[in-house]
Amino acid sequence: MSVMDPTLEEVKRKAEGREVLLDLENVSLSFGGVKAITNISFNIKKGEIRAIIGPNGAGKTSMLNVINGFYQPQEGVITFNGEKRRSMKPHLAVSQGIARTFQNVALFKGMSTLDNIMAGRATRMKQNMLWQMLYWGPAQREEIEHRKKVEEIIDFLEIQHIRRTPVGTLPYGLQKRVELARALAMEPELLLLDEPMAGMNLEEKEDMSRFILDVNDQLGTTIALIEHDMGVVMDLSDRVVVLDYGRKIADGVPEEVQSNPEVIDAYLGVSH
Amino acid sequence: MFYRTSGQFKTTYESDQALFPIKQDMILLVVILAAMYVIFPMFASEFTYKALLVPVLIYSLASLGLNILTGYAGQLSLGTAGFMGVGAYACYKITTIFPEMNIVIALFLSGFFSAAVGVAFGLPSLRIKGFYLAIATLASQFFLVWLFEKWAWLYNYNASGAIEVRTMDIFGLVVTGPTASPVVQYYFVLGIVSVVTFAMINLTRGRYGRTWKAVRDMDIAAELVGINLMRAKLSAFAVSSYIVGIAGAMMVFFWKGAAEPNLFDIPMSFQIVFIAIIGGLGSVMGNFLGAILIVALPVVLNLLPELLGLSIGSATMEHVNVMVIGSLIIMFLIVEPHGLARFWALIREKLIIWPFPH
Repeated sequence: MSVMDPTLEEVKRKAEGREVLLDLENVSLSFGGVKAITNISFNIKKGEIRAIIGPNGAGKTSMLNVINGFYQPQEGVITFNGEKRRSMKPHLAVSQGIARTFQNVALFKGMSTLDNIMAGRATRMKQNMLWQMLYWGPAQREEIEHRKKVEEIIDFLEIQHIRRTPVGTLPYGLQKRVELARALAMEPELLLLDEPMAGMNLEEKEDMSRFILDVNDQLGTTIALIEHDMGVVMDLSDRVVVLDYGRKIADGVPEEVQSNPEVIDAYLGVSH
Repeated sequence: MFYRTSGQFKTTYESDQALFPIKQDMILLVVILAAMYVIFPMFASEFTYKALLVPVLIYSLASLGLNILTGYAGQLSLGTAGFMGVGAYACYKITTIFPEMNIVIALFLSGFFSAAVGVAFGLPSLRIKGFYLAIATLASQFFLVWLFEKWAWLYNYNASGAIEVRTMDIFGLVVTGPTASPVVQYYFVLGIVSVVTFAMINLTRGRYGRTWKAVRDMDIAAELVGINLMRAKLSAFAVSSYIVGIAGAMMVFFWKGAAEPNLFDIPMSFQIVFIAIIGGLGSVMGNFLGAILIVALPVVLNLLPELLGLSIGSATMEHVNVMVIGSLIIMFLIVEPHGLARFWALIREKLIIWPFPH
């Protein structure tokens, strides 16, 4: 631990001072007889990077799907921004400020990078069909205004050179970055990243880590992150929640979680 | 060589997002429009209008409508001809009920009826995808043709069961019916096709186009960037059927002059699907290229032996025709599965960087 690194107490104090953005209380989700998530409670605070980790099949992705309304939990209370939500649809979650990226790249393959990111702003564009058919007046102004925002994101993530390239032809690392750009175009308050570094080489991982920190730091976006690379998780995140078989087994700052015997058991296995 | 883009700098997003970011494209379009509006009418005979120009334009428009649905929004449809029929019959009823109405207004109004029917038959798309949806649209095809036959009110209780367009004029100019001059009809068709095409180019490069393409490429991701799938799909059905309906109405009013229900049967649906696929799904220009290949080429091939002084029986020619067109379609699909529009895009790209290989 270098001199610059904050001590454990400092990290904890920082986390406690923050407001809660998303709170999950006793959330359970099952598909028929299969229990994907059992009675999980945790919260995500404003401005933090919150990692969700666990072995395969622990329910991490299901957790994200619950948060952005793709799955409806059978039990539990979810409070976002102080508001209890009853039922949720993914496209409504976006308008509330929740954006996400996917484990497998889910870009619109036939469209250019620019169009993909512009599509992320679909819900913010309001001009009606008639104006759009003319592409003139308000419709053109709206298009340009959003283009400016999108260009800012393109600059931020350093993808200027692939603006016009169809995303289907891009290398994997860049596709992941375009996906992050599309999520940022939604100007989310809470950004859900599902394995942003899966399948990347070291250099791409370093780039992506830098972008995640920059997004968190400069744009003030709260980030919930699923990742298998423990080095990345422990370095980036402020707090970590650990799931195993749909249950929460640990929650806390990286140092605490790392030394938790249950977490070590879940990852390394334990002899019975 | 012709497409030298050096020296054309973009300093504003406005100019970067202009309809023609490259100057040469605009010049090309002006040349084509000049040919369509000025040069063709100087030479064309009545036969050229009736057999070549007007059919190509109308089929292009119908294919454009289908392309919005299938090429942009990714919803496969085999019911195009049925929706064309709705447009035609709606226009027929509108002109019967309001005999004084301007035919162009009636035409644009009839599109709303086909749009409504299209949305109704598009509802299954919210649940099913791909080939299963194609079968559902096929049902609309059968149902609509059956309706045109059985609902006598639609054809004003004619003994023949067909709709016949009466003579109508705009400011003294006869535009429909047997006495209308083909030149006038050609200009009306050309004008309407130009306007609709312009509107669709704009629509497809803006928010709606992106929304539709997002639904086509990955509907789950589209939903998670905040796109309402139901609205996106149904708006595609509405816009598509609107255009297809206008094309159907124009087919009857400005070209055929009369129509029986079986005109709007499956063969025409398939023909329009072929035009869209060969022209290029997800492209506006492709529809025109496809229509030229599928609609105009057979006519030209039929005339060819006569022009070359060969005496081939018309029955033989008919067979040769089918063979030539068939092999051309296969060839184009092998050379460029993404259609003629992509073919042109590749040529254009090569021209821009010529003489360098990349």
